[in-house]
Amino acid sequence: MALPMINLIAIMRMKNQLCSIVLVFMLTGTISRSQSLMDLLDEETGNQVEYTTATFKSSRIINGHSIERMQAGQLDFRIHHRFGTLNSGAYEFWGLDQANIHLGLEYGITDWVMIGIGRGTYQKTFDGFVHFSILRQSSGKKTMPLSLSAYTTMAINSLKWENPEQENYFSSRLAYTFHIMIARKFSERLSLQLSPSLVHKNMVETLLDANDLFSVGMGGRFKLTKRLSINGEYYYVFRPQHSTDADLFYNSLSLGLDIETGGHVFSLLITNSQPMVEKGFITETAGSWLDGDIRFGFNISRVFALK
Amino acid sequence: MKTIITLFFALLFSISAMNAQTRYFTKTGTISFFSHTPMEDINAENNQVTSFLDIDSGEMVFAVLIRSFEFKKSLMEEHFNENYMDSEKFPKSQFKGSIVNINKIDFSKPGKYEIQINGNLTIRGETNQVETSGTLEIKESGEIDGKSTFNIDVDAYGIEIPKLVKDKIAKSIEISCDMNYQLYKK
Repeated sequence: MALPMINLIAIMRMKNQLCSIVLVFMLTGTISRSQSLMDLLDEETGNQVEYTTATFKSSRIINGHSIERMQAGQLDFRIHHRFGTLNSGAYEFWGLDQANIHLGLEYGITDWVMIGIGRGTYQKTFDGFVHFSILRQSSGKKTMPLSLSAYTTMAINSLKWENPEQENYFSSRLAYTFHIMIARKFSERLSLQLSPSLVHKNMVETLLDANDLFSVGMGGRFKLTKRLSINGEYYYVFRPQHSTDADLFYNSLSLGLDIETGGHVFSLLITNSQPMVEKGFITETAGSWLDGDIRFGFNISRVFALK
Repeated sequence: MKTIITLFFALLFSISAMNAQTRYFTKTGTISFFSHTPMEDINAENNQVTSFLDIDSGEMVFAVLIRSFEFKKSLMEEHFNENYMDSEKFPKSQFKGSIVNINKIDFSKPGKYEIQINGNLTIRGETNQVETSGTLEIKESGEIDGKSTFNIDVDAYGIEIPKLVKDKIAKSIEISCDMNYQLYKK
């Protein structure tokens, strides 16, 4: 009698186990059945890299470059214009009688390399630049908190030599600027940029002046509406204490309003800088805000798709 | 007891087998849109659309990443995301609906079938009902090609068009879908 009893218990146990196995199977069956198409869709589209776009409205914050650049095959025709100073009075129509212009053609070779050439009134300068985008701010699958670009430009002063009778070298006309641009779009409205810079001039006025001037640019924009933003920009230059240009030149401060209309961006601005190339507005801004040497100006950008 | 258990298993397997064979999907579907005005034609294409189709129930769902729409002019693409679609706020559009006349399609017989689709389309967080027709092509290979074209009004999805570009952007946008579904195995 004892043996069958044990058998019975064993069978009961087995039954329980089997039952639980069956139950588990049934449950998994219902789980996979209840996974709706919507769940599957979410699963498949889950995590993707989202690159931040439109940190700034155009490739300039005001005078200086922003991390924005032309995408591959896009050409930007830029007209930058600065009038005379407000404090020049009624006779000069508060500066509007005078004009300084910079024309530029800028092109995206790839989505991360832009080149450009330009010509400006200030010192009859020709200039050319290369802008490399190294990091792009992104979220989602790959998180990158900021965008980073490297930028280098060369300016050629083409004014006639002051002393043509002495021996002059072409290299003396050249000046270079290097920027590292670090930017972050904090929100849909607010973007900020930091641009540590180095301006190298092959020739300077006096022995006391430095050939290399370090500076740091700070810029930002705040969007008022979708197509309107206010921008600000300031370059602080670290000048050697006894240099003569420390008395002559001021740091560049500019305020602007960007208006975007389809393929155009118009920037209306006020600034104390007359030059529009880097070595000029960073290190050779002769106007002081406090003295009223403020200029009205505008930048126009028109983009053409060549590809 | 044994027979019951075998029956259970048989049933379970048949259910899961049935499940597996009714679901089709794609991750490389194409959705394009076209805006026509006398001033300007604008079109953009998205080749990364994910969609599922259940040929048993006729249920279909789509997910479209707005940033994946590609324009010829990259500036236009930027403005599309930045100014019109608010892609940062609404990164995805969705469609959830069904093929109403799914019972009339014989999926074992290759050929082209007319379909009626009914469902809800969500763009920029706004949901509207969409009714449209299209075709399903059952291929010899077992793949299913789904196609449909319909129009939507930009107003219905809260997309604002400023006065300045009013003549360049159509109020009614033509949407075309082309999905190459494959059997979903998982």
